[in-house]
Amino acid sequence: MKKVYNRILSVVGNVITVRAEGIAYGELAEISTRRGKSLAQVIKLDGDIVSLQVFAGSRGVSTSDEVRFLGHPMRVSFSENMLGRIFNGSGEPRDGGAAITEDVIPIAGPSVNPAKRIIPKRMIRTNIPMIDVFNSLVASQKLPIFSVSGEPYNELLARIALQAEVDMIILGGIGLKFDQYMYFRNVLEEGGALNRSIFFIHTASEPTVEGLMVPDLCLAVAEKFALKGKEVLVLLTDMTNFSDALKEIAITMEQVPSNRGYPGDLYSQLAARYEKAVDFDTAGAITILAVTTMPGDDVTHPVPDNTGYITEGQFYLRNGRIEPFGSLSRLKQQVNEDTREDHRAIMDGMIQLYAQYMESEEKRSMGFRMSAWDQKLLRYGKAFESRMMDLSVNIPLEEALDRGWTIMAECFEPHETGMRSDLISQFWPENGNTAAVSPDSAEESMVRSGKKSEPDSKKSSAKRKPAAKKKQAGPKKSSKKTDRSQARTKQAADSGND
Amino acid sequence: MNKTTGVITGINGNMITVSFEGSVTQNEVGFAVRGDERLKSEVIRIQNNQAFLQVFEDTRELKVGDTVEFTDELLSVQLGPGLLGQIYDGLQNPLPELAEKFGFFLPRGVIMDALRPEQNEWEFTPLVRKGDRIKAGHALGTVPEGEFTHLIMVPFDFQGDFTVQNIVEKGKYRVNDPVVKIKGERNQTHELSMTFDWPVKLPITAYRRKLLPTEPMITKVRIIDTFFPVAKGGTYCIPGPFGAGKTVLQQITSRYAEVDIVIIAACGERAGEIVETMREFPKLTDPRTGKSLMERTIIIANTSSMPVAAREASVYTATTLGEYYRQMGLNVLLLADSTSRWAQAMREVSGRLEEIPGEEAFPAYLESRIAEFYERSGVVELYNGSTGSLTIGGTVSPAGGNFEEPVTQATLKVVGAFHGLSRDRSNARRYPAIDPLESWSKYSSVVDKKIIDDANRFLQKGSEVHQMMMVIGEEGTSVEDFIIYLKSEFLDAVYLQQNAFDKVDAATSPERQKYVSALIDDILNHDFEFESKDEARKYFYELRQKFIDWNYLKMDSEDFKKQEQSILTMIKGLNRDEKGV
Repeated sequence: MKKVYNRILSVVGNVITVRAEGIAYGELAEISTRRGKSLAQVIKLDGDIVSLQVFAGSRGVSTSDEVRFLGHPMRVSFSENMLGRIFNGSGEPRDGGAAITEDVIPIAGPSVNPAKRIIPKRMIRTNIPMIDVFNSLVASQKLPIFSVSGEPYNELLARIALQAEVDMIILGGIGLKFDQYMYFRNVLEEGGALNRSIFFIHTASEPTVEGLMVPDLCLAVAEKFALKGKEVLVLLTDMTNFSDALKEIAITMEQVPSNRGYPGDLYSQLAARYEKAVDFDTAGAITILAVTTMPGDDVTHPVPDNTGYITEGQFYLRNGRIEPFGSLSRLKQQVNEDTREDHRAIMDGMIQLYAQYMESEEKRSMGFRMSAWDQKLLRYGKAFESRMMDLSVNIPLEEALDRGWTIMAECFEPHETGMRSDLISQFWPENGNTAAVSPDSAEESMVRSGKKSEPDSKKSSAKRKPAAKKKQAGPKKSSKKTDRSQARTKQAADSGND
Repeated sequence: MNKTTGVITGINGNMITVSFEGSVTQNEVGFAVRGDERLKSEVIRIQNNQAFLQVFEDTRELKVGDTVEFTDELLSVQLGPGLLGQIYDGLQNPLPELAEKFGFFLPRGVIMDALRPEQNEWEFTPLVRKGDRIKAGHALGTVPEGEFTHLIMVPFDFQGDFTVQNIVEKGKYRVNDPVVKIKGERNQTHELSMTFDWPVKLPITAYRRKLLPTEPMITKVRIIDTFFPVAKGGTYCIPGPFGAGKTVLQQITSRYAEVDIVIIAACGERAGEIVETMREFPKLTDPRTGKSLMERTIIIANTSSMPVAAREASVYTATTLGEYYRQMGLNVLLLADSTSRWAQAMREVSGRLEEIPGEEAFPAYLESRIAEFYERSGVVELYNGSTGSLTIGGTVSPAGGNFEEPVTQATLKVVGAFHGLSRDRSNARRYPAIDPLESWSKYSSVVDKKIIDDANRFLQKGSEVHQMMMVIGEEGTSVEDFIIYLKSEFLDAVYLQQNAFDKVDAATSPERQKYVSALIDDILNHDFEFESKDEARKYFYELRQKFIDWNYLKMDSEDFKKQEQSILTMIKGLNRDEKGV
């Protein structure tokens, strides 16, 4: 029989202490209060003084409440029966179903031996062009979605969950609002994906500490399924809440804070979770997509900053769209060579053109006259935004690539796109844009509009392109910054003219 | 021998408090025993009869009252033939063998032999004879290890003079077989094998003297070798925000650097990155030897999800292995990625010890620890008159990309070269993203100082003109200033930037750097006459294109000469005589 103690020495924050012997570090205990039972975990041993963090919070805990040690650390059961079920942050059912107690496994197990890892090479299709075409998701990748409150990041996660080509989905909600939790449930149910999903949900109304376990529960279960050969996608929302829960416990335990109150081990804590993403040599894989809301839209805030150092790229979700510039999938080079031969060219080319559109758009908003080339770019930009970037666009990769060619054909002459000629001859739609203005007249019109520097700088930029292509190491993406600064230079030049 | 044992009285994260009877040494290794598991730990503070130990593994399920066995030995690594080509964790456990034995996951409480004492036999050739007088660090014999002659030496902590009593014949032996018997001044005798242990936190000083690092260490990265060079035995650091290309730069250096041995310490970074090195190095050939690159490489992988205390140790483990090969008269390069994670590991331990925190909660001794680490580099003259060197390059991952943080600042105080990566340059895809205006080096370059001064002047002035143009526009800029700007951009595009993915451009030999930089210097100093800015721009863009194409051609090829000629004809009246090129 397990030992029972009923003398709680102190209650500070969500941490209580009792005097007990023979207790293991990390062991679980059950506390019976007048509000019901709650799990607690040993987080410090000092002689016979045992500190426990109470998952349900210390509110209503009385000094005479009963503490019963369970003799094992936090565990979660793992079985096929979990599919379609919803659990809370302590691993108990929250959908009214029966508790699952078979095959318990410890959570937060050892890390994978680097010698057993392989170079990832399988793409996960999501049917979202901004991901599939421009920043492909790769099995075993860990990617955060950097966003701010109010953005539809949970909607994006739900869509990826529905559409990603994976065997199963594990959703971990940390500090999730109740209506968002219901949203996830309903969407996955309607989409028929519930029976291949497992939810671990901690809602915002529940005590913060309970959320701390959610990533570990999700990843422990994911790991077991992956070892059985399953391709698992783990979705976590929101890791900033997780970090805040860490902060709360650290401060209660009087740890010295390092940066904005976060504990010094924030990086290690986050890495321990994210590094669970893995492609097992002979079995399945775990891919992690995690929402990280940036307080104040500040990417240098400790949570996104530490996350960025850990993960393999990031998606920026701004204004309801995945930003083409800041977003990056560090692993896309591993997979986008073997999809279709025009994939990389479309990926680079369309973004470069979009960057030029941004430049023209900026000029337009400043009230400068638009040249014919600017008009083409504006038309292109609008088409790109509504038919590629919009999150409601839902088409497979090949169709998205074809659509890319169609959009370009509607707006440009083949040679204006900077695409390789062999690709143009292969992919350019036959009934392309006939109404487009010929390049010569475009130049003429620009000369007429008084921007003498324009045609030449256009020539030089055309010349610049192949050079840039050869030079650029790594991900070839047009840079927002330089384009912006070039735009600024040009504006300055133009205004000097006027 | 009677070893001290103790009992756990407290557990907090990866730190345990142990009460003991008898004697305990600071930094001594102890084992927390829990059933069959023996968790390695290190003493980091002693107070009265309580010792504080950091545990190198997960402490879950340890209990108050569990036994701790002290070993009376400092945290050590095993030195001897067979280190090259290995992949170790931070405590020198071979990862591939762990994988073979335990599968996908890293087991807890397992310690494996670092040198495969059972499998490997080494061809030992004695260098000393019976009656020879020797001391610590002297070579007793050699074994061939890949391309290198591995010296078997008297352990570095042996004090005083010794006489060789007995030495085995030339032949094959295992690392643990006794090969020599020596006698000390007080008639104490020692049987030595080919391997011995060395405490990682103590520098190896069994050499005659330390020399000033002067000879350049060629990395074949133009911006480094020419502008911000590193000397053999010197130190340098690479700070940069995430995504600026720190790790890629380290990977390139580990491939092309002209040194004998490269030690890669992957300290608290992504496992995926080291996997690439692990999987690709065996397939790549070392241009110097024609053999696999892995044969000159040692990887110490303690990635971000592996235990934090072992991360702190991993940097010392790597340094000790580097010093060991330096004792053989070899040139060793240690690449530590990233020292910030190492510093964070120190911060975590310091926090658990409840020490009074310094800036950003880093311990007050952060600076001295960083200085100690970099000071273990150097060129040394060995007892046999030859020299060896250990060069240390560390990346720094400053929080928020801001260099005004304690780790970057403490590092800058002690290193000889600073390669600051800039977010702006990486955003503009100008790789390697080393900022030419911020970085510096105290070492001497492979090209003439005059050329570097000229180039720096143009970069500086070009950047000023560029900033001015941002405000007053191109129209308000004079043609002369505009040409300076174009020249600086030209220099940046064709020389500072380098394509790591092109076979030829990825590695530029020092000869080629001298040759090309001389031509660039002539171009920078040449007076060009242009009617308009557009003409100048067009001209320089064309020149740049030709130059970039030139960079992709092998130096000894016909095409190289042809392309050079085509560049020279483009610049009419370029004065090439004064340098006798």
